Amino acid sequence: MLSNLWLLFAIPAASATILLLSGKRALKWGPWLGVIAPAISFVLGLIMFFQLRDLNPRVTEQNLWSFIPVGDLQVSFGLMFDPLTAVFVLLITGVGSLIHLYAVGYMAHDERRVTFFGYFNLFITAMLLLVLGNNYVMLYLGWEGVGLASYLLISFWYTRPSAATAGKKAFIMNRVGDAGFILAIFLMFAYLNTVNYGQVFERVGSLSANTMLILGLLLLLGACGKSGQFPLQAWLPDAMEGPTPVSALIHAATMVTAGVYVIARSNPVFSANTTLQLIVVSVGTITLLLGCIIGCAKDDIKRVLAWSTVSQIGYMFLGVGLGGGAYALAIIHLLAHGFFKANMFLGAGSVMHGMKDQVDIRRFGALSKYMKITWLTFMMGWLAIIGIPPLSGYFTKEPIIAAAFERGDWTSWLFGWAALLGALLTAFYMTRLFVLTFHGPKRWTEGQHPHESPPVMWIPLVFLAIGSVVAGYLMHTSVVDWLNPVFAGVENVPEYEPVMPHWLISVLGVAFAVLGAGLAWAIFGRGTALEPEPAGVVVTAARNNLYTDAFNEVVFEKPGRWLTRALVYVDNKGVDGVVNGLAALVGGGSGRMRRLQTGFVRSYALSMLLGGVLVLGALLAVRLG
Amino acid sequence: MTPMWYIVLSAILFSVGAVGVLIRRNAIVLFMCIELMLNAANLALVTFSRINGTLDGQIMAFFVMVVAAAEVVIGLAIIMLIFRTRRSASVDDANLLKY
Repeated sequence: MLSNLWLLFAIPAASATILLLSGKRALKWGPWLGVIAPAISFVLGLIMFFQLRDLNPRVTEQNLWSFIPVGDLQVSFGLMFDPLTAVFVLLITGVGSLIHLYAVGYMAHDERRVTFFGYFNLFITAMLLLVLGNNYVMLYLGWEGVGLASYLLISFWYTRPSAATAGKKAFIMNRVGDAGFILAIFLMFAYLNTVNYGQVFERVGSLSANTMLILGLLLLLGACGKSGQFPLQAWLPDAMEGPTPVSALIHAATMVTAGVYVIARSNPVFSANTTLQLIVVSVGTITLLLGCIIGCAKDDIKRVLAWSTVSQIGYMFLGVGLGGGAYALAIIHLLAHGFFKANMFLGAGSVMHGMKDQVDIRRFGALSKYMKITWLTFMMGWLAIIGIPPLSGYFTKEPIIAAAFERGDWTSWLFGWAALLGALLTAFYMTRLFVLTFHGPKRWTEGQHPHESPPVMWIPLVFLAIGSVVAGYLMHTSVVDWLNPVFAGVENVPEYEPVMPHWLISVLGVAFAVLGAGLAWAIFGRGTALEPEPAGVVVTAARNNLYTDAFNEVVFEKPGRWLTRALVYVDNKGVDGVVNGLAALVGGGSGRMRRLQTGFVRSYALSMLLGGVLVLGALLAVRLG
Repeated sequence: MTPMWYIVLSAILFSVGAVGVLIRRNAIVLFMCIELMLNAANLALVTFSRINGTLDGQIMAFFVMVVAAAEVVIGLAIIMLIFRTRRSASVDDANLLKY
């Protein structure tokens, strides 16, 4: 099986092609084809996973064909399957299949559902290409593919202006990151003469510290764009305008983690420069706090989850930035997050399904009685994300926090406590979301009759909830060992003693989670006001996304708009003026010259005579003069 | 009798013809003036031939006569057609071909 890696992405690609070409003819069977394709990939992935386990060393590469052969630049359409790729493949196809199944129910009444499943399969294809490639160009191919699929799916309901705008916003902000990423590829080719993972990592030691720093920063810019990290985080919450399965699959579980994958994959680059690591850690920490603070102030159920995603990916960036053993920790948090966040997003979709697409958590309440399965599965996700043992979040987030305390200098205190504060805030806003949605008094709008979703929607929820519960312990033990060979080159980083004992960090983490949850339950247990209340500076800022959107508008959008206006003026008045002026001169001049053609034969005869006289006069003047 | 007078006569005839072309409107008169100019040129050619003692000028005069004859045929035909369509032989009436 391992010799046929291409089957993994070829199956969803074929399905996407069929679905996109058949349109309305596939209304009956199309969605099911869309579900089966990633499911087959998942089965194949599992078989390959077990085959990979028996290999030594655990990596297989194959070059299908020469992709870009130009002079010194030889890029092959090469695939690679190693432990890191394997877990990603299983996450993408596994969680992906469940979300596809859920979407069959969620999109059942949408008349463009075949197109939807076509895009969904396209996304799975591109994401698999992204993780399966053995060089940066292949990674970039998948990278742009998922960007396209994300754009198409965010603005799937394109007749809504907000969805169309959100799609454009996501695409444009992603381009900023993509520009960084492609510059990084150019830099690799210019300095290292290759874009293959293996060769790049072999030769990267020959780079000067500054070049390495720039290479890393460019890769980081790309990663920040795709993963919604500071300062490119603004698109991710707006991306919630898409259908809920899209939010779950693309903007929570898989695509947004591509940035983490890039940094983990490029670990020899990032581990080799401590400045770079400090920057990655700072980006992660800033983002995780930013996401938490804004998450506390939002009232839209999907936006709270979106900011929570931003903040959880901040934890993953913190992990990959710490380097050494923390790479594997970030990846297991990524996997666990894939389960519990997909679970909660789909739960939110189920709530919206039962509440006529209401998204305002102030308008829910007491739903635990009406949607028992959604309530129970959401509870598993909620307990997992806030880090209550023995659910998955505890096993994956706690080690990252502990690793943040092990940096060996004063920054341990800074990043460690920031991560702990993040845990407290996470518990607060997730509990607020949970309590306002499922408990407390009813605050519904008129005419609501909440009901449980059909089995095709709650079965994936149950699977994901089971994943949220049991996956943590499993990953904490076996997946870390499974992943560590990928990060083998970084084993010899110095290990520092944590500034606080491990048991104290664990106790503090759980205590903070319980404290945050208890606080939120105490405040919101009895419901909340239906309208936004006047609030202090911090809450107002958080409601306005900490003014990051305003900052972008003032610093980037406004000057850009002025520049375009100035350019339009110069173009209209200056460039067009010269061209139009010349044309008017010739046109006007010839219009006047034309008047010489009077149509009177005698005037022509006179001019001929005058011409003759002139010629004669000239001849005589020359002869006689 | 010096050949000079023939040249003078030729010049006078040419000038009369040229002025006629410029000031008259009747196409037939115009045509006759052109013939006058051509014949003035012929006279000059023959005179120069006489002065130089060669026959080139006289041969040239025959060419001019032949061309003039051909031109008269076509010209008169055109004038006839214009007259038939417009009931007028004035060259100023045929002024549609202009800007």
